[in-house]
Amino acid sequence: MSEISWGLWELLLKGVWITVQLTVYSAALAAVVAFVIGLARAHRLWIVRFLSGAYFEIFRGTSALILMFWIFFVLPIGFGWQLVPMWAATLALGLSYGAYGSEVVRGAVNAVAPAQREAGIALSFSPAQQLRKIILPQAWPEMVPPFNNLLIELLKGTALVSIMGVADIAFGASLVRNATGQSAPVYTIILVMYFLLAFLLTRGMRVVERQAKAGIGQAPTKREGLRSKLSAGQVGDITRSGAAPAGGAGQ
Amino acid sequence: MSADSSTTNETTNPAVDGSELIRFDHVTKRFGTNTVLDSLDFSVKSGKHVTLIGPSGSGKTTILRLLMTLLKPDEGTIKVGGEYLTHESKGGKLVPAGEKHTREVRKNIGMVFQQFNLFPNMKVLRNVTEAPVHVLGMPKEAAEERAHELLDLVGLTEHVDKYPTQLSGGQQQRVAIARALAMRPQVLLLDEVTSALDPELVAGVLDVLRDIAHTTDITMLCVTHEMNFARDISDDVLMFDSGRVIESGPPEKIFTEPEHERTREFLSAVL
Amino acid sequence: MNWNWNAVGDFMPMFLHGLLVTLEALALGSLIAFVLGLVWAMAQRSEHAVVRWPVVGVTEFIRNTPLLVQLFFLYYVLPEWGITLSALTTGVIGLGLHYSTYTAEVYRAGIDGVPVGQWEAATALSLPRMRTWGAVILPQAIRRVVPALGNYVVAMLKDTPMIFVIGVLEMLGEARQFSSQTFQTIEPYTVVGLAFIVIAYPASLLLRVLERRLVR
Repeated sequence: MSEISWGLWELLLKGVWITVQLTVYSAALAAVVAFVIGLARAHRLWIVRFLSGAYFEIFRGTSALILMFWIFFVLPIGFGWQLVPMWAATLALGLSYGAYGSEVVRGAVNAVAPAQREAGIALSFSPAQQLRKIILPQAWPEMVPPFNNLLIELLKGTALVSIMGVADIAFGASLVRNATGQSAPVYTIILVMYFLLAFLLTRGMRVVERQAKAGIGQAPTKREGLRSKLSAGQVGDITRSGAAPAGGAGQ
Repeated sequence: MSADSSTTNETTNPAVDGSELIRFDHVTKRFGTNTVLDSLDFSVKSGKHVTLIGPSGSGKTTILRLLMTLLKPDEGTIKVGGEYLTHESKGGKLVPAGEKHTREVRKNIGMVFQQFNLFPNMKVLRNVTEAPVHVLGMPKEAAEERAHELLDLVGLTEHVDKYPTQLSGGQQQRVAIARALAMRPQVLLLDEVTSALDPELVAGVLDVLRDIAHTTDITMLCVTHEMNFARDISDDVLMFDSGRVIESGPPEKIFTEPEHERTREFLSAVL
Repeated sequence: MNWNWNAVGDFMPMFLHGLLVTLEALALGSLIAFVLGLVWAMAQRSEHAVVRWPVVGVTEFIRNTPLLVQLFFLYYVLPEWGITLSALTTGVIGLGLHYSTYTAEVYRAGIDGVPVGQWEAATALSLPRMRTWGAVILPQAIRRVVPALGNYVVAMLKDTPMIFVIGVLEMLGEARQFSSQTFQTIEPYTVVGLAFIVIAYPASLLLRVLERRLVR
């Protein structure tokens, strides 16, 4: 590994910074999409349900990489919309992972006991108040673990932008490989970097989960053993939960 | 109890003039092919405590859920305080009520559920203040002051800062009673409020309800299997069977010399 | 936006070839993922910590790092170690290996779902370990996990375009080549994009039906 000079390390670290930024921006967009679409899919008007359902089915069926190519190459020529690569990548990732996230939101909202809504009606809360004060606060702790899985998938998905020339970690790796003529060291290093990022994200989400649960008077879930310490993505009962991790392709 | 009674007296805002507060007219409710209520007529005068008894599946809880607008009647009309609950008259014609109209009428009704249904995301105090502040527009301080009074009334002063999950079932149910009273309803619906409790916790909840029944003028509509409690608090007892009221009268009469054969069977089974 | 149907027609032969390669990679990748995942899942339940721990470590590592980088790793590093494989083979191994870490979790959940009493009954009957797995546990576990495995096949389908980066001419690779030859961009990428939706949507509908039938 001695061949990787300080300059090349700097290249990789700059890539880490781009990857982190990209993850944050895309996650923010994905969160907005997830809540809007997820709640719209439970709306009382059928047209709202239909349109949001169509969005979900289309973007769930779409490959993120193909969407990225489409936004990078077809939008500018076909529609004259030329986006900065970073924003084009954010758009592609946010729209895709937002669709998976909407399933998480919908599932968690549906999982809140109907009796809670009834208690809200009995106290004359308006539908918006019921959602804001009763349903969402209770659904939120249920969303955090599957959101964690999606966040890891999103982090992994950011590597795709290197194909489009955005200088993230994976892009840095190819430059280093060209410079040193050796593949094993640099690819091992960046795989470890991704793993560490995933690990940090999971630690952060565990804190969020703990606070969310404390916010409704629940004790945090106990996790034991090596798996929980090593694990970045949380491993739920995949056969049951709607949001399976790989690309979040639940259902 | 004298200090408490002064506070609970405030819960009843309308004068108790013995006028008709609740009226069911030919109300029919079906679940699929199963007719739960069959063209039911009955009324409750304001300030009265009415207990509904009868075998399970006889439609008692359905009546409470219709009043709370958790269910809609298939036929017939329901009036609360002279206003239609599920209908409103527009241009002299009776049409299904809009959400706004229903909400206005519904504000007069409070309900305590079998499973408490406290909001787990809110501490005890906020469970009680949330609706007065955000539905009735009460100032937060006033709502909290009143919540403290009510929580004192139900004997939970020291638990205001806990989450519902940290309380026993009996304590949760007493919070739920305080929460319902905080809205100052004219009518309080009690849906088998002790059925989900461990036997040793039942007495505490019933004592609180007895206090409220004896010291306030609030109208109560109560579904229960606690016959002694029903005897204690009721002005009237309605015996239900197969979606109809088959017998009604003051508790002394219903419990000691029922006329109807089905009532006798039912009472001998539960007493 | 000027859509050119002629370009769509011209792209068709390459598209169909790409589709075939995509499906081939998907089928072989799934096969590896199904088999290898089961191996991981059983190894994670091994009585020996020496087996259990490294398997947990490796699968967690693979699952939490990007497939794209893993593909580069396999493509560039394996030859340095003297292993030379075709691009398609490398891609299939990459897909299969990556998704095996997901299917392992599916199998694990399925195996955990088999009541403890089944293990105890097998012990009470003195069934040998392989027999317990083969005749008692797995038949009960696998039935329940089929829909979840199917979900990962759909997920893998959407990741197959990644293998174009190591030179496999699947759908996206063909679209790229066509675009650079003819300077027609809109049509090939749109056709390929639609193709994924058209394949994935009925597949996920089918899985939902399967889920209702099998998981109860």
